[in-house]
Amino acid sequence: MTTEALAISSEGLTKRFHGQLAVDHIDLAVPRGAVYGFLGPNGSGKTTTIRMLLGLAYPTSGTAELLGVPMPDGTVSVLSRVGSLVEGPAFYPYLSGWDNLARYDAADRSASSKSAAARIGQALERVGLTAAAKKRYRNYSLGMKQRLAIAAGLLRPRELIILDEPTNGLDPQGTREVRALVRQIAAEGITVFVSSHLLAEVEQVCSHVGVMRVGKLVFQGSLPELRHTGAARITVRTADVAAAATVFGKLGLTDAAPGEDTITAELGTAEPELICAELVHAGVGVRGLSVESPSLEELFVGLTGEGFDVDH
Amino acid sequence: MSTISQAEVPAGATDGREPAAYVRGNLRFFRNELRLVFFRRRNQLLLAVVVLFPLLIGIGLKLAAPHGGGGGGPASGGAAFFNQLAGNGVFLTFIALSLLLILVLPVVMAVISGDSVAGEAGYGTLRYLLTVPAGRTRLLAVKYLAIVVWAVVATFIVSVVALLVGVILFPVGPVTLLSGTTVSLGAGLVRVLFVTLYVCAAMAALGAIGLAVSTFTEHAIGAIAAVMILVVASEVVDQIPQFAPVAPYLPTHWWNSFDALLRTPVDTTTLWHGLLSFAIYAAVFCAIAWARFTSADVTS
Repeated sequence: MTTEALAISSEGLTKRFHGQLAVDHIDLAVPRGAVYGFLGPNGSGKTTTIRMLLGLAYPTSGTAELLGVPMPDGTVSVLSRVGSLVEGPAFYPYLSGWDNLARYDAADRSASSKSAAARIGQALERVGLTAAAKKRYRNYSLGMKQRLAIAAGLLRPRELIILDEPTNGLDPQGTREVRALVRQIAAEGITVFVSSHLLAEVEQVCSHVGVMRVGKLVFQGSLPELRHTGAARITVRTADVAAAATVFGKLGLTDAAPGEDTITAELGTAEPELICAELVHAGVGVRGLSVESPSLEELFVGLTGEGFDVDH
Repeated sequence: MSTISQAEVPAGATDGREPAAYVRGNLRFFRNELRLVFFRRRNQLLLAVVVLFPLLIGIGLKLAAPHGGGGGGPASGGAAFFNQLAGNGVFLTFIALSLLLILVLPVVMAVISGDSVAGEAGYGTLRYLLTVPAGRTRLLAVKYLAIVVWAVVATFIVSVVALLVGVILFPVGPVTLLSGTTVSLGAGLVRVLFVTLYVCAAMAALGAIGLAVSTFTEHAIGAIAAVMILVVASEVVDQIPQFAPVAPYLPTHWWNSFDALLRTPVDTTTLWHGLLSFAIYAAVFCAIAWARFTSADVTS
């Protein structure tokens, strides 16, 4: 895939803080039109990566491109085509929602002041904040703040939207609202790059995922590709676990784990029917047999490790 | 190939309009920044304080010297023009400026300039301005220009309020300068204007220091305090005779030199030294602010 077809690409992107690697040689490839879930526990380097992509932080080494434009050199030319929400919403508490958006719009040298009012009105309407437009930001609820931040990202027509933990701290209702917004944005053909520490949150909306673990990109690909990385396991329920283990060994199944009255092993390329036949042939009484693929959640935890964050 | 380049000519022709759009875009951002600064309640209160001081100084001096003679002069008054006030209300502007230059105007400047970048970083709005993208150098330029406008507004408020109060409370007429020469009221007012502009330049230079400090932290209060400590330290060192060799290089040393404008002939050497000092401080600290702001990661 050429960089032209990629909304975000990076090569060996690295950030070192005080000798510690926060982001360690990551090669991102986000196809245009994708909804890319950027996953990983808190502290795995997601936000630092996003800051480098947006030209807020400078990479220690490596390169990054947004919409084919190298960053951070292309910051001014490319960022007007990119909407972003980085590490939570941030606005002037003493200004109204409207005035806050007007502030950011005024800072954009390529935005026209003539269309400002119309664009601000539309952005507020899209996130359902028209009624609260004149209210001071300090009186907004958390969900409203989050939606205002998304509205700021939608002030101009965008080709790419980068959302860093857009559902952080939201109640289920707010989470659903944000998810619906992401779907809408994606339906317009805009590439969406959304980070989260929760797989469940992005699983329903994403076409692609990248998984971070202590600064490294440990997986990147489409959701089906992620599913395929999971090895299916066969579980046999039997009174004669030892005999079953012998059969498993003969068939070359790996990672056999005998329990009290069950035994499981990695299925690999073996046919479950054949295993069943072999068991019966060897005189092992089979009470039950099942094949299970790990859930995405299990794969995700397997990739990121059992961090202190997995109990979500 | 040639048709393509011909087709591109109209697109290139829009470049003629581009500078205009560029200027408009920058003006819009600058106007918005001014709005943000001058419509903020806190800043309006600061300006109210700036209005209040010349008023109180005028009333206080009127009450302290009711019988026209001027007496022994105020105890704190090092400046020669305290004694002139009883004879001419115009001198209240010089008195107010020299008194407010000790603390009030530096505080007012420190708050705005120290808050300029650090405040945005503290709110987190800095990262959003930069991803808009506002452009780092452009944002800094807009911030400093707004600080300069603030310096001019605050200083002129002092002069104008002091002049009004002086005219109301004290006699007004031809102005007797410190050198003993008397000039017409009109010429005196021109000197008031130049003195005010001189103080504006001093405050604009202090604003550059505040801007530079502001780029190093995301705690506005810290930046404001740092600027104030710098001002007070400079003023203290300036008073100690043993430090006389370094005194001319201190940021506050030339602030009160505007009394050179109240003599005939005007001591232009001192004035130029002062203005040169302000220009150097402004240039050096704007450069520091730029170097820091365009190279540092925004982590707020």
